Amino acid sequence: MADLSVKVAGVDFKNPVIVASGTFGYGREYEELFPLSVLGGISTKGTTGQRRTGNPSPRIAETPSGILNSVGLQNPGIDYFIANELPYLKEKNTTIVANIAGSTPEECAEVAAKLDGTDVDMIELNISCPNVKQGGAAFGTSCQGASGVTKIVRAATKKPLMVKLSPNVTNIVEIAKAVEAEGADALSLINTLLGMRIDIKTRRPILKNNVGGLSGPCVFPVAVRMVWQVANAVGIDVVGMGGISSAEDAVEMMMAGAKAVQIGTVLFNNPYAAVEIVDGMNRWCDENNIKSISEISGTVEKW
Amino acid sequence: MKYTQGKYPIVKKKTLAKEIYDLEILCPDIASVAVAGQFVNVIADGFTLRRPISICGIDKEKGTLRIVFEVRGKGTKQIATKNEGELIDILGPLGKGFPLSEYKTAITVGGGIGTPPMNEIAKHFGKNCRAISGFRNAAAVILQDDLKSFGAETILCTDDGSAGRKGFVTEALKDELSKEKPDVIYACGPNVMIKGVVDLAKEAGVPCFISLEERMGCGIGACLVCACRTVKNGEEYYAHVCKDGPVFNSEEVIF
Repeated sequence: MADLSVKVAGVDFKNPVIVASGTFGYGREYEELFPLSVLGGISTKGTTGQRRTGNPSPRIAETPSGILNSVGLQNPGIDYFIANELPYLKEKNTTIVANIAGSTPEECAEVAAKLDGTDVDMIELNISCPNVKQGGAAFGTSCQGASGVTKIVRAATKKPLMVKLSPNVTNIVEIAKAVEAEGADALSLINTLLGMRIDIKTRRPILKNNVGGLSGPCVFPVAVRMVWQVANAVGIDVVGMGGISSAEDAVEMMMAGAKAVQIGTVLFNNPYAAVEIVDGMNRWCDENNIKSISEISGTVEKW
Repeated sequence: MKYTQGKYPIVKKKTLAKEIYDLEILCPDIASVAVAGQFVNVIADGFTLRRPISICGIDKEKGTLRIVFEVRGKGTKQIATKNEGELIDILGPLGKGFPLSEYKTAITVGGGIGTPPMNEIAKHFGKNCRAISGFRNAAAVILQDDLKSFGAETILCTDDGSAGRKGFVTEALKDELSKEKPDVIYACGPNVMIKGVVDLAKEAGVPCFISLEERMGCGIGACLVCACRTVKNGEEYYAHVCKDGPVFNSEEVIF
């Protein structure tokens, strides 16, 4: 048994496997299948200042080795989350990362401030949702937007702050540095890649939102590359995600520079994937004489 | 609500009509808790998303579930290649089923591949069920003998009149309602058909429960993709077909 525990921005995770925001709700549905305590952490469904209804259906389409989604941040609002979901989650003996979003930097700051006095272990600021008209990726695709929202949210909370980056940018390293400069404690990447599918019979996009975010195994190499570039360019911790679907993928992502990983889309295929990835990482460590999984972060040697 | 995921053997496979397959799966832990109107989320090998397929039959004694599905695309085509003796990966039973026990007489309306979920309803109501089904033509007709085997009166409609009466299920429903109103109406099929059924049920003042379909992700209510416009206590919101449905009280759904 290897030591699977990791630290991200000083926050303890019992293992490096965090379930990704938007794929796991607030945990209740998966608890029918396994105890949530086996997870390193839960990044909760992106929560905004007010309740949001989200986009019309269809919100999902299959792609080669992945999916497109356009949920549009449907959520019950931060007050509901704090009153009704957080007390339940806090009893689950896993690390709680509250994923937050907003239409304006001020909304994001207001949500962060409300979480400040709660038991969440960490805040993950989503500046990269491609599925909402205002906010979301609008902040995350320019250095100015990304640093502006990070600055105001940073000022609003003392909680460890992780900023989730968009891959839909020319240079993700510049954005990462801008966010670091404004006081982010960690970065998580990548959010989904903007994509589109068309039904050739109806000549209509499959998604009612026309476009949506691509995730799943098809984005994994893009995610590994971006995590590697960012981890080499910043001094703060990086959490890697994007298409991880096996323990080997998780190990690869950590070698690229991630301190921990998030997994999401694979859960739709195999709801036990998170549990199996934790077990698989443990086995992998034993087979490779790794005493502590945290040793492998950033150990890729480039040619 | 309790669901599980696993790989279970297919114990019987039949072709019911062109591109419509009938699988009997030995999955006692799922069958033992399944109710009429629920669905299972099925792996199509090589695809990311599972395919939601409604439950057509539940045999708690044998521990089997029966699913009947139509090949609609590449995923369902892959599932259709599975044979008796092979394992199939299913997650279920999922969603909310039909409320049955508070009613004594029922009319079911199934359109095409919306017919399979009506089977367990007919089993519950027996001779107190009138089962209206509609298909494109005689070659597409399925499950009439099954519905009859429970004692239900079957009313078959086809678009071209090649079997049963010619015309839409809504016309047959209108006739049945004028003969005698049932305690409840259940419907599953294309949205335009469901809409027609709901309007007739409302006119007749009969409660109506409808089973809806939407593109799904997780199937258990976590990912929020299978949104359906509904209204509750005067407030409009997106419910989710996988967890809040697939069966909805027709009064809650906005078409």
